[in-house]
Amino acid sequence: MEQLLNDYTLRTVTLGTAILGAVSGALGTFAVLRRQSLLGDAISHAALPGIGLAFILTGSKASLVLMVGAGLAGWFATAIVLLITAGTRVKYDSALGLVLSVFFGAGLVVLTYVQRYPNANQAGLDSFLFGQAASLVVADVITMTILGGVALAALLLFWKEFKLLAFDPEFAHSLVLPVRRLDIGLTTLLVVAIVIGLQTVGVVLMSAMIIAPAAAARQWTDHLGIMTLVSMVTGALCGVGGALLSTSISNLPTGPTIVVCATGFVVISMLFAPRRGIIWQRIRRTVQNRELRSESVLLDLFELARTHDDLTYPHMEPALRVIHPQRGTLYRQLRRLQGKGLVQMHQNGAWALTPDGVRVCDQLRKERIG
Amino acid sequence: MSTFQLEIQLVAAVVAAACALPGTFLVLRRMAMMSDAISHAILPGIVVGFFLTGNLSSPLLILGGATAGLLTVVLVEWIRKTNRVREDAAIGLVFSSLFAVGVILIARFARDIHLDTDAVLLGELAFVPFNRLILAGRDLGPQALYATGVVGILSLGFILLFYKELKLATFDSALCATLGFLPGILHYTLMGLISMTAVAAFDAVGSILVVALMVGPPVSAYLITNRFGYMILYSVALAMTASIAGYWIAHLLDASIAGCMAVMVGVQFSVLFCTAPEQGVLAAWKRRRHQKWQFAIKMLVIHLLQHEATPEADRECRMDHLQDHMAWEEAFAEGVVSRAVSQNLLHTVGEYLELTAAGRELAREAIIHT
Repeated sequence: MEQLLNDYTLRTVTLGTAILGAVSGALGTFAVLRRQSLLGDAISHAALPGIGLAFILTGSKASLVLMVGAGLAGWFATAIVLLITAGTRVKYDSALGLVLSVFFGAGLVVLTYVQRYPNANQAGLDSFLFGQAASLVVADVITMTILGGVALAALLLFWKEFKLLAFDPEFAHSLVLPVRRLDIGLTTLLVVAIVIGLQTVGVVLMSAMIIAPAAAARQWTDHLGIMTLVSMVTGALCGVGGALLSTSISNLPTGPTIVVCATGFVVISMLFAPRRGIIWQRIRRTVQNRELRSESVLLDLFELARTHDDLTYPHMEPALRVIHPQRGTLYRQLRRLQGKGLVQMHQNGAWALTPDGVRVCDQLRKERIG
Repeated sequence: MSTFQLEIQLVAAVVAAACALPGTFLVLRRMAMMSDAISHAILPGIVVGFFLTGNLSSPLLILGGATAGLLTVVLVEWIRKTNRVREDAAIGLVFSSLFAVGVILIARFARDIHLDTDAVLLGELAFVPFNRLILAGRDLGPQALYATGVVGILSLGFILLFYKELKLATFDSALCATLGFLPGILHYTLMGLISMTAVAAFDAVGSILVVALMVGPPVSAYLITNRFGYMILYSVALAMTASIAGYWIAHLLDASIAGCMAVMVGVQFSVLFCTAPEQGVLAAWKRRRHQKWQFAIKMLVIHLLQHEATPEADRECRMDHLQDHMAWEEAFAEGVVSRAVSQNLLHTVGEYLELTAAGRELAREAIIHT
């Protein structure tokens, strides 16, 4: 922590990764909900030729210039995917794969030209492939903050419309909202979120920053606003965690570390989140099963007793075992019920309902039979 | 052309064919993005394989990579089944985290070997001829040729042997299961083959070109045929042409070979996207225009038939009346009439329009059919 406060570079990098995590977390929420997770992958790969061309055309390596180039290329790629799926029978996934790989290939061609530039500073462009958080300087972080801030502000401004677009575009259309323009707008914001992270995380792993925080946040809530907030916080935590881990352990690249952190969050969320978590659900199911079993033993005692005048008439265990052949289970359930005061054991080893038990049985029968 | 160039082209063509063969199934099964996922996710498998053998050209590496590829498929399927995360997000999560793990492993433990991440992503076809297979002192040619050749032949054999079953599983998986053909096993075998192809090819062309060759040519072929067998044949032919054309363009421009090949895949698609006989944009545009005129002609003959030999025929069946009655522009009305005349459906007597027998026939048919 002391290191974080004192080390200037580390502070810059950590701030940068936190911002990129928060922005991609927020926009990722919408991408994941709209089943556009892989569009993020396509956009980030497709950004490569844009970065190279921006450098060739301007000769500048300022992050804003490169980000604009990357953004235009990513946006263009998205438009082509839409054109292909609308104009032919080619499916969405094929269009994505095609556009992603062809744009990336074009990017490689452009980069071979960039490498021939006598400009000494072109080497930095390579960092876009796998990302190089250490190369972040204050100017980059300022650019990231402004672009990210604008994207988040736009998201907040059109929150209601985007929410409708994500969950029920037909309804949005029936309200005469400009669905197409909103769609383009939201996709543009996604492009901005991706472009912000490219320099730090790289084109290959950027898609994980879009998907992972949102996928983790989805497990904790069913509310869009909360999900977006959780996703932003998760993204930012992953960014900071990844940056700190990679500085404290040698030879640990930042981008991949951030991604591994994010995946960790997803796994933990999938397992432990209340209600949706896998372990949570296992526990609930076990409890429910036990409850059902002991209820059925109780009701069977009631049925047996009904053949007599007295509803608390005792029965020996063998009589019950005709209905519940597994001896261990039966005995356990009887003990549980006894503990709850619903049944009692007489001196001769016979089991009978207590008055409380009779009342519970009446209740249960009403619930079940109606 | 030197043997050196010949060998590069030979390897490129074999890689292209080996990728396009199983790629056809990915495109038809709407799993194109699995090629992207698998080709990235093989990285940790290759790295672990390398740690175990200490040898970069060991066949164990192919096995390791293929295992990692299959692991991706299994993990995606498993995550999808938990219903916590949708399939597209699951694909993005799994491959990016596996890739991240691979990059971290290389950065931490294998800094000084040739296996750098750039090579995995980009490949370098120009270096392929340097890595030769030497058996008992005899030079048998580039190693990559054998690796991809063997995998390609395996794919071909599998497809030929199970052609009928694969076709069934691809187009009607439910029927396939009912008939007892085990689509699950076919699916995993196919995914195994795709993983092996990706590993064998990555060394030569890099993982992104693997995606381009697996998705691009089959998508292009999908535009020009409706038959499964032809689609496979066309995609192999297209892939091989793209790879050789890409090589020569790279030679001409002195640019990245893999990049140029991917661009050629894109060029092929763009050309077919415009000119494909049924699916192409031009064909669709022509069809729509033709339909517009045909529809107008039908309207016209029906109108004439309705008013023929009635008292108001003099007024209704006149050229200048069409603008009022049909709300047609003058030029459009003239176009419709002249087309109808040339199709011998009516003839003009001054301003007066008179149906021919063929025109009457068409009008009656149109009325019955609507």
